Amino acid sequence: MRDVLRHHLFWPVAALVALLVANTVARPSFLAITVRDGHLFGAPIDILRITGPLLLVALGMTLVIATRGIDLSVGAVVAVSGAVALSHIASSPDPESPVTVLTAIGLALALCVVLGVWNGFLVSVLGIQPIIATLILMTAGRGVAMLITGGMITTVNSAPFKVLGSGFWLGLPVAAVIAFGVFAVVAFVVRRTALGMLLEATGINPAASRLSGVRSKTLTWTVYTASGLFAGLAGLLISADTMAADANNAGLFIELDAILAVVIGGTALSGGKFNLSGTLVGALVIATLERTVTVLGISPLVTPLFMALVVIAVTLLQSPRMRERLTAARRRQIAVPPEPQPAASPDSTEVKAR
Amino acid sequence: MTTSAPASAPRKRRALQIPTRLDRRYLPVLGTFVVLALMLIVGGTRYENFLTPAVISNLFINNAHLIVLAVGMTFVILTGGIDLSVGSVLALSTVVTAALLQAGWPVAVVIPLAVLAGTVIGLAHGVMIHYFQVQPFVATLAGMFFARGLCFLIAPESIAIDNASFVSLASWVQIFGEWRMTSSVLIALIVVGLGFLVLHFTRFGRTVYAIGGGEQSALLMGLPVARTKVLAYVVSGTCAGLGGLLFAMFSRSGYSLTGVAMELDAIAAVVIGGTLLTGGTGFVLGSVLGVLVLGLIQTIITFEGTLSSWWTKIVIGVLLLIFVALQRILTLRRT
Repeated sequence: MRDVLRHHLFWPVAALVALLVANTVARPSFLAITVRDGHLFGAPIDILRITGPLLLVALGMTLVIATRGIDLSVGAVVAVSGAVALSHIASSPDPESPVTVLTAIGLALALCVVLGVWNGFLVSVLGIQPIIATLILMTAGRGVAMLITGGMITTVNSAPFKVLGSGFWLGLPVAAVIAFGVFAVVAFVVRRTALGMLLEATGINPAASRLSGVRSKTLTWTVYTASGLFAGLAGLLISADTMAADANNAGLFIELDAILAVVIGGTALSGGKFNLSGTLVGALVIATLERTVTVLGISPLVTPLFMALVVIAVTLLQSPRMRERLTAARRRQIAVPPEPQPAASPDSTEVKAR
Repeated sequence: MTTSAPASAPRKRRALQIPTRLDRRYLPVLGTFVVLALMLIVGGTRYENFLTPAVISNLFINNAHLIVLAVGMTFVILTGGIDLSVGSVLALSTVVTAALLQAGWPVAVVIPLAVLAGTVIGLAHGVMIHYFQVQPFVATLAGMFFARGLCFLIAPESIAIDNASFVSLASWVQIFGEWRMTSSVLIALIVVGLGFLVLHFTRFGRTVYAIGGGEQSALLMGLPVARTKVLAYVVSGTCAGLGGLLFAMFSRSGYSLTGVAMELDAIAAVVIGGTLLTGGTGFVLGSVLGVLVLGLIQTIITFEGTLSSWWTKIVIGVLLLIFVALQRILTLRRT
């Protein structure tokens, strides 16, 4: 039991289960999944579908945060990606042809990679703090997206593109399949090779890892590029869902949701150790939270308040101070070897030692 | 008297050095000032009626609330933190003002309450950040959602303010020739003055700079780090509450959706004003210049007429880039 309570995923999973229980109590049919026209239908499937874009953005965000960075520009990149893809489809003579759609997707993703490279350049080569470096694109990016759409909400009709947002593959929503697929591949690459460890090394101590031969700069550059690419993919899923490119509102606040997903998942914003499974749970918690609000009949206007309370509860429970209290209480009961101090405290212990 | 004579001699010499060697700390602010001056000159030569007292007065009138937000944000950023909640807290304060006035509460009670709402949220941020070691980014992000949600809970719809004494307070205006100064501009200028005095002439202000320069060193020096850090967020929250009041005076209404993304404008103004986001370096007056630069971009785009509104965002992004790069070069040279 103690091991379960101490597991880093305990609180996020508890939050997710609590939300699902609350939903099922309010609407007993909540967890029911039905098969219609060979596709799966039901609230859980819907949650998986809306988790898709958020999961992609949060995935990139986790990697960036692992290197002690942050990427505030993802919302703007989402808007740019949708704007590029839909503008290309709208201006082409044959919006229904798969070639047009593939070119549009290629163009959008290529531009998003460029934007990611730009962020990486500012952070790793110029050495600008990540929060400001990406703030630049966060402000300018939406302007660029509006420039591309000409300030209008571009709408198109294109069946092949629509599949991305509301299609089904093997009975599952395509958006969820893409997002979870990318997540699985990245998780595999990061955790089954040394890449994840190198990222953590960069985040824990950039100077030391550089001295021990880790190519911190290249790694930093790579994660921002990846974040841009994933945000671009998320932008395609979002714009394919609505079939409209709204430069002002597409992906609005998705950077904040993604950061919350990462934090709820137990990855500290101070970098270093990261936790992809936690991010997955975090993204599911946020998507479920959004559904819960509608199921419980809470006015959507109060959603932010509800979300704030969940975030405050989870972050306080995860805060070092609370953990110390909890471990101290446990230590009093049974003599447990002390937990290693969190990364932030070596300075303070050093001070005490003097 | 005898001791003052030798003391004044080196001071004189230092005064003579000023034109040749300027303190590095002032360079970013000077850069902002040059940009502002250039924008005024370019605007003045390109458009008629640009360099008129009416336009400059309006620049202050339209941005009074942002000036107050930027002053509060400067305190937080100087300690090395950040406050993402100011836009939402501003909205909360406008909604509280409008809702209470509608319910018939007297103005003398409503105004302190609206400001106090910001103070309380700021205090909560400070406690979360210092005592629970939640990162400022996350704590104030939660505060941002919290305040915005509270707004909708109090008033989902926009509430017009028609309280006679509030309206008369809001429409108070002092006219000097063609220059106009409204009550909100007066309040904003007082806040700037207070912010300047507190940062440079009080122990609290010096501790704010010390924490930004190095929290561990400040702690070792025996400075009251905990109190000062919490107070910085209280100052920012209070400023956001006051900013909301000014915005309510400006718009004569309280609406839950005001100030969306306004925290970014405030942060951009502070950065353009030469404050380092790592903390420890920066000035309140620089932040005011930053707000004026942002306001002037809007004014120029309005005067240009043919430019679409989204150019504002692109220009702000480019300016941010230039200033950040400039700061980077300056800090590189220092080390």
